[in-house]
Amino acid sequence: MGTYVYFFPTVGAGGGNDIQWCFSQVKGAVDDDVAEADIISTVEFNHSGELLATGDKGGRVVIFQQEQENKIQSHSRGEYNVYSTFQSHEPEFDYLKSLEIEEKINKIRWLPQKNAAQFLLSTNDKTIKLWKISERDKRPEGYNLKEEDGRYRDPTTVTTLRVPVFRPMDLMVEASPRRIFANAHTYHINSISINSDYETYLSADDLRINLWHLEITDRSFNIVDIKPANMEELTEVITAAEFHPNSCNTFVYSSSKGTIRLCDMRASALCDRHSKLFEEPEDPSNRSFFSEIISSISDVKFSHSGRYMMTRDYLSVKIWDLNMENRPVETYQVHEYLRSKLCSLYENDCIFDKFECCWNGSDSVVMTGSYNNFFRMFDRNTKRDITLEASRENNKPRTVLKPRKVCASGKRKKDEISVDSLDFNKKILHTAWHPKENIIAVATTNNLYIFQDKVN
Amino acid sequence: MSADVPEAASAEEQKEMEDKVTSPEKAEEAKLKARYPHLGQKPGGSDFLRKRLQKGQKYFDSGDYNMAKAKMKNKQLPTAAPDKTEVTGDHIPTPQDLPQRKPSLVASKLAG
Repeated sequence: MGTYVYFFPTVGAGGGNDIQWCFSQVKGAVDDDVAEADIISTVEFNHSGELLATGDKGGRVVIFQQEQENKIQSHSRGEYNVYSTFQSHEPEFDYLKSLEIEEKINKIRWLPQKNAAQFLLSTNDKTIKLWKISERDKRPEGYNLKEEDGRYRDPTTVTTLRVPVFRPMDLMVEASPRRIFANAHTYHINSISINSDYETYLSADDLRINLWHLEITDRSFNIVDIKPANMEELTEVITAAEFHPNSCNTFVYSSSKGTIRLCDMRASALCDRHSKLFEEPEDPSNRSFFSEIISSISDVKFSHSGRYMMTRDYLSVKIWDLNMENRPVETYQVHEYLRSKLCSLYENDCIFDKFECCWNGSDSVVMTGSYNNFFRMFDRNTKRDITLEASRENNKPRTVLKPRKVCASGKRKKDEISVDSLDFNKKILHTAWHPKENIIAVATTNNLYIFQDKVN
Repeated sequence: MSADVPEAASAEEQKEMEDKVTSPEKAEEAKLKARYPHLGQKPGGSDFLRKRLQKGQKYFDSGDYNMAKAKMKNKQLPTAAPDKTEVTGDHIPTPQDLPQRKPSLVASKLAG
C-alpha cells in the first residue's frame, strides 16, 4: 500500500559538493509597513515542484508556477510566476464562546496530481478545505441560440444550424472549494497531513488528531485524544503531526515537552498508546525554567525515504532514526548564541516562535529559519553548515549569496553581526525545498524569496 | 543562633554561582526570577497551556454586556486591566475595547 518514490539527486545536491546559492526572485511589497493580512503563514511546493503555494494571515492563497525551461537560456531554471490566487478562508465567529476564528492559513498540503486539475488542502484554526485548481484554455463558440456575448437570439431568426466548436482562449485558472471539512476541532488545528494512500488525511489540534477521508466531509475518526479528564492536569499539547511517506498505517505527533510519538493505526482504533516514544534524556542538573519551553517541538518532518524524521525545537534541529527511540542520531544547533538571551526572548514572546524545517529532495541537507531574516542549512554528509540572509540587498539574479556569521561574544570581526544587533522581528518561520532540484522558497514576514543554486 | 546556618547558606550560594558560570540558561533564569519574583515554578504547567488553548480574540457579546449593565446599575462595569494579558471570566469587553475586524477584500501583495 502506498507508493515508493525514488529521488535522483541532481548534480551538486549534497554528496560533498558545496552548493552556491543565488538570489532568483522576491515576491511581495517593498515597504516596511506590513499589513497583518500580508504576513505569510505557510509555504509549500507541490509534488513535482512546478507549483509553489503560499498562505497568509488574511486567509489568502497565492500559487506560483514555474515557467517552462527555456532550452536556450540554460543559465537558470524557470522563474515562478503567479498562477492563481484566491481567498481560502474568511474570519468567522464562534457565537457560543464569543470568540473570533482567525482566517490565517496555518498549513497547505498538496495532493499528488491525478488528472489535469491540481488539488490542495488548506486549513485555518478550525476548518480544512479541499481546493481544486483547474485551467480553462478554450471556450465553446458558435451556439445557435445564443449570441457571442450571451444574449439569447430570437429563435425565429435562426435560418441555418451550425455545430458549436471549442476555440482557444487566454488561459484562465479557476480555484473552487470542493470539500469543506468543518466542526471537528475544538482546539486550534496545527497540522494536516495526507496519507500515502492518497485517500485519507489527518488533522491535528492541540489535544486531538482526526482522520478524514477526502470524499467524506460529515464525519471523521478521532485517532488520538490526549485531553485529560480534568483540565487542571494538562501538562502537554500536540504541536505537529505527520503521516509516514510510505507506510499508510504510521504517523507521528510531537509535543510541547519535546517528545515524538509514533503510532500504528493497525494496533487499535484509538491510538492513544504509542508504538514508539522518541525522547532525548535530559540531564536533570541542567534543568532551568526555560528547559521545557525551548524543548517544545515546533515542527516534525519525515525524510523522503521514510527512514528518518526531523524535529525543530527552539534552538536546534534533530534528526531521528525511526529505529532508535532513546536519542536523535544528529543534532544541529541553529542559533545556540540565543541561550544567553532567553530571559529577554521570554519577555518579548520570541521564545514561543514556531520555526519549521525541511529536507532537500535527496535527504542530504536540511534547512530551517532563524532571526534577522537569516536561514540555516546543514549538510548531513559533510557536516558543514551555512547561514544565509533573505534580503533585498542581494537583489541581482545569479549573485551568489554571501554566508553570514553571528558573533556570540567577544570581538566582532568585520562582516559579522553581534547577537544584540539581531532584529528579532525579522523571523523566517517558513521555508520549503523543491522536491527534486536545488530551488528553495524562504518566507520573511511578508515577502517570499526564491533562491537557486548556481547553474554552470 | 546555630553556627551551621551561615555555612549552609554559603554552600548554596556557591552552587548558584557555579551554575551561573557553567550554564547561561541558569543565569537567564536568575535574571527572569529577579524581574518577576512571583513567576510560577512550572512554566509548562496547566496555566500556561490553558492560556495557549484559549488563543482567540474575545469578541463583544451584547447579551453579556447588557446583562452586566442591568445587574451593575450604578456601579462600574468590570473592565480589563490595562495590560489585558489574562482572559478572565469577569471582564466584559465593551465596544470601545475592540479593534475593528474586517475580512481582507484586497488581493495579496505577493500576487501583485
